[in-house]
Amino acid sequence: MRAVVTVTGKDKKGIIAQVSSFLSERGVNIEDISQTILQEYFAMIMLVDIGGSSVGLAELAKECEALGNSIGMSIRIQHEAIFDAMHNI
Amino acid sequence: MFNKFDVLETIDMIEREHLDIRTITMGISLFPCIGGDAQKTADAVYDLVCRKAENIVKVAEGLSGEFGIPIVNKRVSVTPVSLVCASFPEKACLVGRALDRAASRLGIDFLGGYSALVHKGTAAYEKIFIDGIPDVLASTERLCSSVNIGSSKSGINMDAVRQMGEIVKATAERTKDKDGLGCAKLVVFANAVEDNPFMAGAFHGVGEADTVINVGVSGPGVVKHALEGIPGADLTEAAETIKRTAFKITRAGQLIAKEAAKRLHAEFGIVDLSLAPTPVMGDSVAHILEELGLECVGCHGSTAALAMLNDAVKKGGVMASSHVGGLSGAFIPVSEDIGMISAAERGELSVDKLEAMTAVCSVGLDMIAIPGDTPASTISAIIADEAAIGMINNKTTAVRVIPVPGKGVGDSVEFGGLLGRAPVMPVHTADSSAFIARGGRIPAPIHSNKN
Repeated sequence: MRAVVTVTGKDKKGIIAQVSSFLSERGVNIEDISQTILQEYFAMIMLVDIGGSSVGLAELAKECEALGNSIGMSIRIQHEAIFDAMHNI
Repeated sequence: MFNKFDVLETIDMIEREHLDIRTITMGISLFPCIGGDAQKTADAVYDLVCRKAENIVKVAEGLSGEFGIPIVNKRVSVTPVSLVCASFPEKACLVGRALDRAASRLGIDFLGGYSALVHKGTAAYEKIFIDGIPDVLASTERLCSSVNIGSSKSGINMDAVRQMGEIVKATAERTKDKDGLGCAKLVVFANAVEDNPFMAGAFHGVGEADTVINVGVSGPGVVKHALEGIPGADLTEAAETIKRTAFKITRAGQLIAKEAAKRLHAEFGIVDLSLAPTPVMGDSVAHILEELGLECVGCHGSTAALAMLNDAVKKGGVMASSHVGGLSGAFIPVSEDIGMISAAERGELSVDKLEAMTAVCSVGLDMIAIPGDTPASTISAIIADEAAIGMINNKTTAVRVIPVPGKGVGDSVEFGGLLGRAPVMPVHTADSSAFIARGGRIPAPIHSNKN
């Protein structure tokens, strides 16, 4: 099952390292990464496979939120179907 | 990989523009519970509702976590209770209280369906049932009631209209310690729909499958934000933008509805495309109309702007869902919309203008506080006017007014939570009682004869 991780907030050092090691510890495989910086505003989007994840998606979402709070960013993980439904016909 | 701007747009809609699934409502048929005895029926109703909807809150929370979209309300609607209690209408309150207990145990805020369908005539058991509504609403917390008093096919049952004016007054009186809060849970319909997921008017129609999931989407803030991006655009372009936005919102609703139905072992019923406001800033239908260029909702032009908005939402949404139903239109409840509240406080929004607006949108005169000394016959006349708009225009209309005991124009009433707050609005004081006292039935309009 695939999900989309989004990380947004003010740019700072080490964001990708922290998020990717967090995901790797839980068995989540990163398939694609795209990132942009717009006027110091950092936005990273990752497409991940959570088939090998040690925890369920709803639980991962809670942990992502907690990690985001601890590093001062907004981090979400959502089932890819929501983006597919809203933006693809 | 998704287009990154699409992904960020969805995140923005959820985080900043209040995109949410407004309600997942499970419709449950109570027909299997009917027994000859009131207490046995009430017990069976409690058991059935608790069993069928046992996981509704858990499933909704799970979906919300996985898809990252808030699901605000989890609710249940049931078969109109007057039908379930036809052989013991004077004891229908037992079933009402059993439903209220079930709602409390399930952890849901409202349960709808303490209802009667009397659009063509009132059976003796229905009259008794309706007479009991004020007591039941005063002694329950989460139960919602509705009565259908007219339809395009059958005309308007003016005897029921007269009775409902009195019932609304009695309900306000029985709940006067809470400013007539009982009336916020009582809707009088014309052309009521059988698959509406929104409260207080939800009930599970007799033509429905035994367990059905209906979902109401929302997103006034998302629509307003989209319009902010095209200042000065003409109304053709504005309508196109609303359509595109409604499409995206509805697709999210469709996805959640299908998934919820699967996990709750129910049939997927419909997605209701309504734009439903909440009292929170940034979640207002009135502010969409103002974004289109009106200084204040209620001014001239409001009806035209609302007609365009309502139609564009439907056109965008209808392609995004395999089954569209319910009420599907913009709601204009006064107390639940911060823009409506402020327009009413400024005196720019009148009951008369709201009535005109209900001719072009869903649903009716909704959550309007009126003076506590308004006569029952005037409330009946308000109901009759709304029903006439619904009957002639082949649409659902409804009246949910609160004659706030002891309060008059200039006062304000706070219902709290999603029900919001409302300034008491003036109604016409000239007498309608002789018209209402006539009773009888307004015949169905000529265009109802389609066969």
